[in-house]
Formats: sequence, C-alpha cells, structure tokens
Amino acid sequence: MDRIYLDHAATTPLDARVLAAMSPYFSEIFGNPSSVHRYGQRAEAAIDAARETVAIALNCQPDEVVFTSGGSEADNLALRGTAAALAKGAGSKWLLTSKAEHPAISRTAQQLAVRGDFALEWLETDERGRVTAEAVERAICGETALVSVMLANNEIGTINALSEIARVCRPQGVLLHSDAVQAAAYLPVDVQALGADLVSLGGHKFYGPKGVGVLYVRKGTPLVAAQTGGGQEGGLRAGTENVPYIVGFAEALRLAVEEREPRNAHVRPLRDRIIGEVLEGVPDARLTGDPGSRLPNHASFAFKDVDGNLLLTLLDGAGFACSSGSACKTGNPEPSEVMAAIGLAREWGLGSLRVTLGMGTTPAQVDAFIQALPALVEKSRVIRQR
Amino acid sequence: MSGGVDSSVAAVLLKQQGYEVTGMMLRLWSEPGKENSNRCCTPDAMAQARKVAAGLDIPFYVVDAKEIFRQTVVQFFIDGYARGETPNPCLVCNRHIRWEFLLEHALALGADYMATGHYVRRRQAPDGRVQLWKAVDPAKDQSYVLHVLTQEKLTRALFPIGEYAKPEIRRIASKASLSTAARPDSQDLCFLAGDDYRNFIQRNAPEIASAGQIVSRDGSVLGEHQGLPYYTIGQRKGLGISSPQPLYVLAKEAASNTLVVGPLEELGQSELLATNVNWIAGAAPAGPFRTQVKIRYSAREAAAEVTPLEGGSRARVRFDAPLRDITPGQAAVFYNGEAVLGGGVIISSR
Repeated sequence: MDRIYLDHAATTPLDARVLAAMSPYFSEIFGNPSSVHRYGQRAEAAIDAARETVAIALNCQPDEVVFTSGGSEADNLALRGTAAALAKGAGSKWLLTSKAEHPAISRTAQQLAVRGDFALEWLETDERGRVTAEAVERAICGETALVSVMLANNEIGTINALSEIARVCRPQGVLLHSDAVQAAAYLPVDVQALGADLVSLGGHKFYGPKGVGVLYVRKGTPLVAAQTGGGQEGGLRAGTENVPYIVGFAEALRLAVEEREPRNAHVRPLRDRIIGEVLEGVPDARLTGDPGSRLPNHASFAFKDVDGNLLLTLLDGAGFACSSGSACKTGNPEPSEVMAAIGLAREWGLGSLRVTLGMGTTPAQVDAFIQALPALVEKSRVIRQR
Repeated sequence: MSGGVDSSVAAVLLKQQGYEVTGMMLRLWSEPGKENSNRCCTPDAMAQARKVAAGLDIPFYVVDAKEIFRQTVVQFFIDGYARGETPNPCLVCNRHIRWEFLLEHALALGADYMATGHYVRRRQAPDGRVQLWKAVDPAKDQSYVLHVLTQEKLTRALFPIGEYAKPEIRRIASKASLSTAARPDSQDLCFLAGDDYRNFIQRNAPEIASAGQIVSRDGSVLGEHQGLPYYTIGQRKGLGISSPQPLYVLAKEAASNTLVVGPLEELGQSELLATNVNWIAGAAPAGPFRTQVKIRYSAREAAAEVTPLEGGSRARVRFDAPLRDITPGQAAVFYNGEAVLGGGVIISSR
C-alpha cells in the first residue's frame, strides 16, 4: 500500500541536507564543547556557529539563544524559569495564558499554579482559537508577571497577532513568551518584530531532528535555570551540549528561512484545495480555527457525530496518516482542550481531524485524500450512531 | 488482541498462515479508579499487545468501547442480578461487543475476517454452512460462550488457536519470543478487576440487594439473607442458618425477595426453559432431538431431549437425570459431539 503522510504538524522527516550537516558530529568531531583541548574546541566551534545561524534566523544575538532538548523543554524553561526568578519579586505574580496552548504550556501553568509559584488566569480565546490583544488587555494588571501566547496553534493552525499583544505587555513591563514551535516551519520568527521576550522552537517541526529545540531569551529577562549543573547555555540549561543535534537544528532552521517562500507556495494551494473540497464534499463538516489567518500547510476540521479516533484508524487503514484533536492511542477519547476552548460542542469536538501538509506532499496525494475522505467519515458516523 | 498469550499467538499463527493481519484491542469499561486492574485492558496489557503487534510489524489500533460496554454488558449484569438471576456477561460481551461492535470496526477497516484468541474451531460443512466446534484442548474449550454466533458472524470468524492444545500455544509463544508467554490466563470477569462481584454490586447497584427471608419449600422462615444477588443456586456455605442437615440454595424469588433453601435431595431439577435461543446452523431442528447440554461454562455435558418452541426462539430441555445447579441467567448450550448446535439463556427450571 502507498502510504501518504499528512501529519507534518506532528513531525517531519529529517532533511537529507540536515542529516549530512549532522553526521560528522557523532564520531568524527565528537569532543565535549567544554573541554580545553582541540577536540573540545572543534565541537565548541560547531555549536558557536549553530548559535550564530539561529540568531540570524531569529534576528537576535547569539547569547540570547538557549539550546534545549525540544519545544516542550523550552516552554517549561520559559515558565518555570520566570516563575523561579520572579517568585521573590514583590507584586508580579500572575501568569496569563490560554487553554488553547500546547499542553507543554497549559499543564506546566497548572502545575505552577497548584504549587503557588504563579497565580494563573486563563485568557479568553475566540471561536477561531485566537487570543486577541484586547483579551490580554482586559486581563493584564499591575501584578501580571508573564503572558504566554502561542504564535500558531498546533491543532487548529490559528495564527495569533503577537506583535499586537506585545504592544499591550511592553509598556506595563510584563514579560511575553510565545510558543512558536508550530509556526517556525512557515512563518518568520523575528523576535524583534514579534516583540516577545521568550520564544520556543522545536527542530523536528521543520525537517530537523527530534530531541533538540531553542528558547530565545531576550537579554535582561529574569530567568532561573530549571536544570542546574555545569554552566552550559549561559548557565540556563546544564548538560553537555548535544552537538550533532544542535548543528542539525541550526541547519534546518537556516533552510526553513532560506526556502520559506517556495515552501509556502508549495503547500498553500494544496491546503486550500483540501479545505474547499472537504467542506463541499462532506456533510456536517466545518473548518476549525481561523479561515484566513492560519498556517499555510494546516487544515483542520470538525465532523458532527464522528469518533475522531475511529476516523483516524480508518484513514490509516486506507493509507492516510492524519491526526485529531481528540486522538488518543489508548482508545480513551475526550475532546481536546482546544476544541473546548473554541466552544465546540461535544458532538463536534470528538470528531476533529487535522491534515497538515509538507514539502513531500503532491497534488496526486491530495487528490487521493479528497477522494477517500467522505466515505470514511460516513463509515465512522454510521458505526458511532448505532 | 488483549496482550495475553492466546490472542498474541493467534496473531502469530495468522501471520504465518499468510494473512494480512491488523491488531485491534478493545478498550472496555472499568470502574472509576480501577483502570489499572481491569483484567483485559490495563495500560500494561495495552503495552504488551502493542509490543506483540510491533514485533509482527502489523498495524495496531485501540477501539473505544467503554460506553457501549457499560450500557450493554455491565447494565445487563446488574439487571440480571436484580431479577434474581446469575447473569453471564461474557455471553453478552461476545454477542454485542466483540462480534458486533468490534466486528463492525474490523469490517469498516476493510477486513475479510475477524480472528480472536478463543479456544474453539470453525469448520465448513458440506452444505456451505459454517459449524462451530469445540477446541482441540477440552480443558480450554470456550465454545460455551461463543454459542451466540450466527452464520453471518461465523463466516467472518477465524479461531486459529482452537486447533492446538494450550501447552502447544505456550510453546509457540515462547518460540516466537512473545513477552506474553509467561502471563497467567485471565479468568474472572474483566470489569470486576479481581474483586468479588458482591463488592462490585454493593458499590455500583446497592439498591438491587436488600435483606429478605430465607424460607424452606414449605414456606417456613429459616433466617435472613443479605440480598439475593449474593447467593447462587446450589450454594451451601455462607447461608448463616443452623440446621440438622446441610441446606442448599434451591431458588431465588425476586418478586418476594426470598431465598428458598432445602436439603440436597430437593436440589435436583430435570427440566429448563431457555429463551433467546441461537441455532448455529441458522434454523432450529424441526422437532425434539436428543443431545448433550451444558448448563454452565464449567459444567459437564448432560444427556437431554431438547424441544424447540415458538419457531426456535425458545427451547425446552429435559434431562435424563436431574441436575443440581440449573441456574437462571446462565446459558444452556447444545452439543452434538464436537459441534455446537446452539443454545439460549435459562429463564426457568423445575
């Protein structure tokens, strides 16, 4: 069976050019960057170069780039690190974020709130999954320490107007963090233009390796290391640097920036076809997220009275790899927090489907998907309604 | 697949036989807080099944059946006890969950057959119909719980392990390096999670069990029972009444909430009425016929005459010799040698 991969928001295959850039750093140039000797120097030079490459891509200084084990760790460091730094500070104690965030943010925020490290207030999301500057403005106060709003949503693709949110936070001296893990593959992540103090990235969402990410930390941002040890990464993230993966991250990000235009131009029309044909060809279907302001490779739907997990199973059986907001491999489906946050009723929220395209997606694959989907939705609908 | 040795070996055998195999696992209902001790779908069992599927390089999907299982199987279990019966929820699970709900999912996935790790055999009769036979290993035979299968379902069914004795199954498992090879067999009802069913009823349906009188056949009151669901026909221990001779539970009368007890010689009954009868061949025999009948999963077969009633939807069974523990709620299953002819749920006896 020809398998068709339409789940690039979950992860992407490693770009061969990235693999080539990484491969010398496993056994040939294997030194510990902290070492004094030539072995260490060569490894250190590699991560220095990688850091510079990332800094150019993000429009920041190299020493504002902290390599982590991935997007989730970057999110955790941003929240836990500011909580630890500000805990002793008088007054500023509120964390504002939304339930549409990735669990790396929302669950971490909940834990910090339970422990009393931050007081937590959920920002409103509208029916498109957006957190608007007005919503932040309504919630912010003199005691707000940190606002965390993702640049683009993983489940529904909605892009937030982060620079507008920054214009609310900045004058009040409130820190702004943004999870840009999904966004970095297709959107510019210019930290100056975004106006964020902290930004998270994960390598495997843009054809880099899994297990490596970045937290951008604007100079002067109060942050305490979540992981302590030898003073790597400016003392913010202890542990011997994962040299090959850091090199791979930088190369993948460099390529994503360099090829942004053609990549956008490749996926957008294919994505638009999927949205148009699905809404037309499947009854009781709706687009979730923002119809206009969304990631160019991202289509997400809700189907009424469909078990999203069963639909994914049927799709996989037919050779299509997709994802769902309610997907759970343990057969324990609940609508995701995001579906609830955008106000979808349960009979819609359980039937969510995410289709995310990539550089390898072809028009023929999109045609095959569009042709197969309506019957599979009906099948899962019929079984569910028995 | 359950993560256990039987369904794992079934998958191994099918793969060896050249089938294109997809693993499916049911996520069944558990009492809140007992998800980790449910017999058939703990996270551990799921990890085992996933590992077996990965080892065979076959797709593996978990099907959510929590709600339908609770509504059909668990509710049936509670309702049966409320009626004074001793229900057998495995029959309902096989009929409605495994061989209806799950089968539909399998067919929707494009499957031609659904295979399970049940110890039974499927045979093609010369007339084209499919027969259900007992397993090669009589100690493991599960034909009793699968008598509910119709021709429509049997044509879709495969039972690869019924052709082998259990020790052979274990050998195949260890030869295939299945990590399930040493796991113990599951026995109790999955949703009891290893607990006594009485505790389950106390927690989940306390209203169906209230104290009442224990009486003898002639109506004299001998004591008090704690709730009919807690007793079973033929039970001797735990009645809490002193008597010169051992007393046994003869009947549970839900209408009056009384437990009827008596001496051993009153226990035997030689006739039962079964309802909801399924005939494996698709239709009932024209008239009365002599056969062997099993009245519990672990009972011995007993010689009897079976008379189909009401077009075959019911059946009267007359045993050659009285049986001690004919129990309403359990199934009476009819056998002709190795073949299962059919069976139904016992509703009354005398």
